[in-house]
Amino acid sequence: MDATPMRNVAGASDKKAPKMVIAGATKYYQTRTGSVHALDNVSLDVRDGEFLCILGPSGCGKSTLLWSMGGLHGLTDGEIRLGAEKIIKPHPEIAMIFQDANLLPWRNLAANIALPFELKRKPVDQQRIDMLLKRVNLWGFESKFPRELSGGMQQRASIVRSLSVNPSLLLMDEPFGALDAFTRDEMNLLIQEIWMETGKTIVFITHSISEAIFLADRVVVMSARPGRIASVFDIDIPRPRPVDIQTRPDFIERVLHIKASIDHGRSPSDGLAIT
Amino acid sequence: MDKALGDKIPEFNRKKAGGGGDGVGLSGTSLGLGDHRTKLETLAIILVAVVIIGGAELLLKWFNVPQYVLPTPSLIIMALFTEWGFIWPHLLVTLKELLLGFAIGASIGFVLAAVITQFPFVEKIVTPYILLLVTTPMLALVPLLILKLGFGSEPRIIAVALASGPMVMINSATGFRRVDLAKIALARSFGASTFQIFTKIRIPMAMPMIIVGLMVGSIFGLLTTVGAEMVGGAEGLGNRLTYYSALIRMPQFFAIILILAIIGISIYVLFYWIGKKWASWET
Ligand SMILES: Nc1ncnc2c1ncn2[C@@H]1O[C@H](COP(=O)(O)OP(=O)(O)OP(=O)(O)O)[C@@H](O)[C@H]1O
Ligand SMILES: [Mg+2]
Repeated sequence: MDATPMRNVAGASDKKAPKMVIAGATKYYQTRTGSVHALDNVSLDVRDGEFLCILGPSGCGKSTLLWSMGGLHGLTDGEIRLGAEKIIKPHPEIAMIFQDANLLPWRNLAANIALPFELKRKPVDQQRIDMLLKRVNLWGFESKFPRELSGGMQQRASIVRSLSVNPSLLLMDEPFGALDAFTRDEMNLLIQEIWMETGKTIVFITHSISEAIFLADRVVVMSARPGRIASVFDIDIPRPRPVDIQTRPDFIERVLHIKASIDHGRSPSDGLAIT
Repeated sequence: MDKALGDKIPEFNRKKAGGGGDGVGLSGTSLGLGDHRTKLETLAIILVAVVIIGGAELLLKWFNVPQYVLPTPSLIIMALFTEWGFIWPHLLVTLKELLLGFAIGASIGFVLAAVITQFPFVEKIVTPYILLLVTTPMLALVPLLILKLGFGSEPRIIAVALASGPMVMINSATGFRRVDLAKIALARSFGASTFQIFTKIRIPMAMPMIIVGLMVGSIFGLLTTVGAEMVGGAEGLGNRLTYYSALIRMPQFFAIILILAIIGISIYVLFYWIGKKWASWET
């Protein structure tokens, strides 16, 4: 039950081939004021079917890494592979979920969810969409516009949008960061259930240590400037994990353990939320 | 979770239960500027109109204002009906020039805006000239155009295009410049091509400003059409204005003004509705 840090041996000893391999990912942003070293030699295997959380302080390069994994921008050095395929552009097996739900305000829910099919010039899989809408309790809201929905409902809609095209890898960038604590708990439960039901591989970025522990099979902690992997923790809490697990002493112990390992490695000024 | 679902839906989309009446039929019959007009409001609007028009009629008669200074509303309406046979060909000419000139100007303005905003460098170079086109009254070019092209419709159509195009362009460009990187990233993550990003993200995003541009551009186009017709040629409502005023036929003169006002308001209402349909998400 102890969270064991395993320094930079991410994805060690797994018989199955990893879902995604990140090898020596390095990225500099060129800006007017000079270049920003956002990622430094990040290597990580994402195991097939795992729930991987990436945790780190603001500006440590989490989004940069995720965007590279999604093929939205390139690396300065190193490479990312999905199976045998090198990721250099967005891949149909990969879907992204962004911080605010990122729905198009001029489309109603149904049209928002149909967007991926439109872009891929495929017929809309209405059966699958209806199934998903029912699953996340949005059935019957198809004609509503995003502004008519609460933040939680919007984010659920964006989850349906991403799952509608049946990707095998979901990349989620602080998807619930803007939600209130109650809605966030609900969403965490939902995403855990969806993950257990669908067996998809999920990479999930968060600021919150307890959110990471609640959701993850493994928590990858990143450190800032330049962004690199500081440590990896296995979370072997059995599933399904109920929300109130977060108040249990052994859970809090894990939180403090990870927090201590983070504080150990850097100045105390830039804080990470325990909640 | 079920409970949390419904309770956060804002109420603002529901129809206001206005004082007596369901409000549904009203928005259909009124001009529809303003969403939930109650019966009382409609009544007040009609009442004010009656008071102003009737008051003008009475005051003009009361003070014996001569017809050639300001004709009474009833005379204007009568002139509109008796002269209609002579007026409507000119109305058609004006509408044709306006529509053609606007269609040409707006298309070029829109395409230019879409292309130029993709290249910040080009935009910097081109913008001053566009501003020049916007701020210079295109009417000033009409005599020159007539000199080159004669007294037909062509010089006026060109003037209208020159007047409305830049308006459409600067407003559309403002719209196209509002890039939302997250939405573009979203589309790209689903494999969108550059063209799809343009049609599915950039254009809808810019739509509110495009519609404003079309509205302002078409109003500018109307002004320029009429102005150009007053400058030269023998057709169009603008020409009728000079014609009737030269003959001091004031009721007919004001009948033309009335038609122009109706065209202007129709343009406004048209784009108001287009805006409601295509850009109502942004409020
Ligand atoms: N497009 C860009 N151009 C220049 N610098 C950038 C760009 N995007 C990110 N950066 C810089 O790269 C670093 C990493 O940014 P990134 O957004 O990946 O961090 P993050 O961990 O996702 O932060 P947060 O938790 O606040 O979202 C930051 O210093 C940021 O300022
Ligand atoms: Mg980020």
